[in-house]
Amino acid sequence: MSRGTFGQNVPRLEDPDLLLGRARFVDDIHLPGLLEAAFVRSPHAHARIRGLDKTAALALPGVHAVFTLADLKPYLTAERLAVALPSPSYKQILDRPVLATDEVVHVGEPVAIIVADNRYVAEDAVALLELDYEPLPAAVDCKQALTAGAPLAHSHSPHNVVAEFTMGFGDVDAAVAGAAHIFRESLWQHRGGSHSIECRGVLAYHEPIEDRLTVWSSTQTPHAAARILSDLFGRDENRVRVIAPDVGGGFGPKLVFYPEDVSVALAAMLLKRPVKWIEDRYEHFVGTTQERDQYWDVEIAVDAEARILGVRGSLIHDHGAYTARGVNVPYGSAAAMTLCYQVPAYRLDVKLVVTNKVPVTPVRGAGQPQGVFAMERLLDRVAGELGLDRAEVRRRNLIPAAKMPYATPLKTRGGMPVVLDSGDYPACQQLALQRASWDGFAARQNAARAQGKYLGIGMANFVEGTGRGPFEPVTVRIAPSGKVHVYSGAVALGQSTKTMLAQIVAEQLGGDMANLTITTGDSAATPLGFGAFNSRQAVLAGSSAHRAAVKVREKALKAAGSLLQLSAGDLEIEGAYVCRKGGLGQRVSFGEIARATAGSPGFYLPGGVAPGMEATEHVVIDDMAYSNGTAVAEVEVDIETGAVSIRNIVFAHDCGKVIHPKIVEGQILGGVAHGVGNALFEWMGFNEDGQPVTTTLADYLLVTATEMAPVILLHRESPTPLNELGIKGVGEAGTLPTAAAIISAIENALSGFGVHITQTPIRPAEIVAQILAKRGP
Amino acid sequence: MPPARQYDSMNESRTIVVTVNGRRHEAKVPVRMTLVDFLRHQLGLTGTHVGCEHGVCGACTVLFDGRAARACLMFAVQADEHEVTTVEGIAAVNEDLHPLQAAFRDHHGLQCGFCTPGFLTTLLEFLQNNPSPTEEEARDAISGNLCRCTGYQGIVAATLDAADRLRSRKEPST
Repeated sequence: MSRGTFGQNVPRLEDPDLLLGRARFVDDIHLPGLLEAAFVRSPHAHARIRGLDKTAALALPGVHAVFTLADLKPYLTAERLAVALPSPSYKQILDRPVLATDEVVHVGEPVAIIVADNRYVAEDAVALLELDYEPLPAAVDCKQALTAGAPLAHSHSPHNVVAEFTMGFGDVDAAVAGAAHIFRESLWQHRGGSHSIECRGVLAYHEPIEDRLTVWSSTQTPHAAARILSDLFGRDENRVRVIAPDVGGGFGPKLVFYPEDVSVALAAMLLKRPVKWIEDRYEHFVGTTQERDQYWDVEIAVDAEARILGVRGSLIHDHGAYTARGVNVPYGSAAAMTLCYQVPAYRLDVKLVVTNKVPVTPVRGAGQPQGVFAMERLLDRVAGELGLDRAEVRRRNLIPAAKMPYATPLKTRGGMPVVLDSGDYPACQQLALQRASWDGFAARQNAARAQGKYLGIGMANFVEGTGRGPFEPVTVRIAPSGKVHVYSGAVALGQSTKTMLAQIVAEQLGGDMANLTITTGDSAATPLGFGAFNSRQAVLAGSSAHRAAVKVREKALKAAGSLLQLSAGDLEIEGAYVCRKGGLGQRVSFGEIARATAGSPGFYLPGGVAPGMEATEHVVIDDMAYSNGTAVAEVEVDIETGAVSIRNIVFAHDCGKVIHPKIVEGQILGGVAHGVGNALFEWMGFNEDGQPVTTTLADYLLVTATEMAPVILLHRESPTPLNELGIKGVGEAGTLPTAAAIISAIENALSGFGVHITQTPIRPAEIVAQILAKRGP
Repeated sequence: MPPARQYDSMNESRTIVVTVNGRRHEAKVPVRMTLVDFLRHQLGLTGTHVGCEHGVCGACTVLFDGRAARACLMFAVQADEHEVTTVEGIAAVNEDLHPLQAAFRDHHGLQCGFCTPGFLTTLLEFLQNNPSPTEEEARDAISGNLCRCTGYQGIVAATLDAADRLRSRKEPST
């Protein structure tokens, strides 16, 4: 019997190279004749470009080219990047230009690319490019940008509304009209950037003998990038290859196709030299997409027993200066809001507002944490007003396990029905509460208070849509060497994707992880592919890998049966061999089988199997698999300084069948840390002119080891019926409830002062200000 | 000074002698080249990574005469007549991982791995100075290194386990 790999804590395939310093990130790739690029970026949030003089920059020794859009235009089929996901809700099209020409609309927008012997010289030349700007008034705050007479973010736009839609179901106004209680909250929610420790990077090389453009990019979506480059250059698809080598984290923004991607690739073709651009951290703050502000005005109607009758309100979302992905962030917020609970009627009116700031696209969680925060704030309010335990209010409203699968009236952005497929949400909440000793908290709180300490506890539930379809291809092939080669459109960014695919394939093909090679993130390896986003790859690529591996297994057994003159039922796979069961010594190697099924001129194929020891699968799964969980946070607040220290976080979750327990834990822990940042630290600030004011990691605070509390993880396993392996996604789960639970805990700690928190993040000074306002100085 | 002269001085070079991972290198470097760029692009030691170039993230940390230092905040010329250890100098092959590296692997202390070399070098010095750290001390030691993937829990566990492994290596049980 071969060793099982699925569900086991096998060593990760990724680790050795990463630990030894032998990994290959984009900036680690060096090619002969390499040139380096730097971008000239707008210093203004909004300005007209009146003139540009390249003379001094071009005169600098070591500078090879200064390209503006005027220089690149003759080689492009389009001047803008049409990358927006479809939606009927757009009020205007705001596609990004390849490079800005007459108007810049955010600080950091690229205006020109300078290519030089090295980055040092390229940056010298950036300082020498003379640009004449006429500053224009900027639309900075998305709420203000909606008011009459507000500056227009794009001077040619009719208004600042990018898109508008309403999400909901039922007759919410009627439901609210008859309610025993109605409570209203106005919330400001802010999430910042992704801040993968590796910034973006692109290396492009045009190989003239085969006329092939190869682009190595720190991207989550190489197939989309290859398609866009083919379109923009009018090149045959088979002459453009995009490879995501080792990628140092993505967290969302690396799924976007950027102006830098096309500019660097075109510069390499025009200069006939490899060209590399590596984003620096400042550029990451002003050039890489991010999430930002949402203003929520929402109310909840409940009956006398605190059962939800309806939820309604509005959401104003800061979209940034262009549509770099779509309406999906606020769509995700609106869709996530009510998902765990039985809500008879719901309506959220959503407005996406263009501002003179970096474009907004999904960051880990993709809008869903904000929906969760809004809902959980409302439920805390219900509990407080009705004098009920916060957990009890949720217990009364959670969807019970008996109602699974639970068809909501909602649709995904692609029009698929939102059906919660499996899970026991009340049991999951109970598990978390028990481990966090929720019921014993009042005693802990009182004991601490007697010592002058302010402890608080808070909780939040979430349900997350994972595994966005329709498919992710996988090819499994046994090579004549006896090695098993796996190719997928999936992309590895640190989520252990290669290990995950190897586990699923090895489970069927001998159990020897060392006998597998896994190729991901290469547009030439599979004709189709999507990549890494929306907690989707284990579900989609995992399902394709499973089915392809099963097919290859069946084929190998059949061919081996023919070669050994045994029936397939008498055979088993062990390592790289097909053996007779019972260890009688009769066996044939993977290599022999692969050679035999590759055929011999004029001879029968063994066992009549189809040629080649391989299978390719594109398992289509349209419906999303819904993971769920509960976070409980316990905090201590210093009422003098406003400092919040997290004593612990209990996180109970259910992502269906677990492929690798340690990897699942790692995914959640990383997400929780991100959520801690969203609750307490991460703020991408802009001043009233639209100038970013947090452009170093000393100003924009990421959570470090000393702020990170111990996280206690608890698992439940409700396999989804939607795929053969029963798996659901987990990559974003940690971010969804964490900020909501922490904010609830802070408010709880300060309940004696009547503090009420309606925002994320909340900073120490704001906490102190609230305490002072309530109790007086 | 006219601009042209200013840029000439930027391109001025010096010859330095630096020992990296036990190997002596004599190299001509532009005076403004950072140590991390020298290591990565001139010596081809790309295991040391660049995350922020302003000394906050710690990804570029190397051992400089045995002390953890930010290679993005130093010029290559400052390494003249000094010793540098990078991640490539900790172990050469997977079969020969340092106990700290093995502990990172066993506790899932790395995901994308981009920040890992900086954590390893930081912790090598720390564990030498403090062979029996508490969890709080371990967290303190890595508070100048940013990781966006792990939430640090696996890194802290790996640090404490590595300390155990290193101690038992030094004091074999009788």
